[in-house]
Amino acid sequence: MLEMLVLEASAKTPSISFNGENGQLELHGRSIPENSVEFYKPLNDWLDRYGSSPCSITVVDVKLEYFNTSSSKCILDLFKKLEKINGSGTEVKVNWYYEEDDEDMMEAGEDYQAIIKLPFTMIEVEEI
Amino acid sequence: MSLQKVYSLYKTMDEENLILSFKGVVTAELLASILQIIETKMVSSNESPRIRKKVFNILVECLQNLHHHADDYPDGRTALVTIAKEGNTFIVRTGNYIDNERAEDLKVRLNIINTMDKEGLKEYYQNSLESSVVSSKGTAGLGMIDIARKSGNKLDFEFLKIDNERSFFCLNVKID
Repeated sequence: MLEMLVLEASAKTPSISFNGENGQLELHGRSIPENSVEFYKPLNDWLDRYGSSPCSITVVDVKLEYFNTSSSKCILDLFKKLEKINGSGTEVKVNWYYEEDDEDMMEAGEDYQAIIKLPFTMIEVEEI
Repeated sequence: MSLQKVYSLYKTMDEENLILSFKGVVTAELLASILQIIETKMVSSNESPRIRKKVFNILVECLQNLHHHADDYPDGRTALVTIAKEGNTFIVRTGNYIDNERAEDLKVRLNIINTMDKEGLKEYYQNSLESSVVSSKGTAGLGMIDIARKSGNKLDFEFLKIDNERSFFCLNVKID
């Protein structure tokens, strides 16, 4: 059984809850570390292990208030991994949350949607 | 500094409507402190969430640029950052040393960015995001495009040639 990946939020990194038992993956908060590679590496490693025996449905909830350009590339890499496992034992769905009037975050979701072949649902909320 | 200069510095900062100014080495800790101060100030002065997020995002990119390039110059690691509010417009200004070769590359990139409209920047960002590689420092080469996109204004910049090796790079980002 794949262990859960749980990380608490910090001033520069989001909280992470990746559950291999029910296929619910969540990133929540802000992602603005100076060097995001270090932070995202365990997430990528976890996804590699998850991909070998995924749940039939994988739901990724991205609830980011802010992210920097260093993180944007790492987030793209996460989506690329999810794109690869999609259709091979699991169906991946992405829920992209953004706050009302946050056009920038909505557009950021559209950027990934344009690059990644996964179904994205854009969800506007009052507060993330 | 003479006492008169203290007053003239105060006057300058006052006239320029500076909310915050810093000159020094932009460390990770300092960066976090500046962000926290600005976030608190913007909440207490009831800025809209939209402008708060834009200023915060742009400031993150500007400060992290300064942080990542601080080591390029052992003798000139310090940089200048100011944040001003003029009317309803926020202006983030940065100044730092850069070697002349890098200055030329940056100038070309900034000029390309400034020819683009909103849609052009979106496309440029998406293409750059797809092809970018994160360096060992954590930079992805997307910062300036992101800053231009979020500011919604042309980037105002200048490279002041100091000597045969280096220039002083000044960047003004308007957010309204």
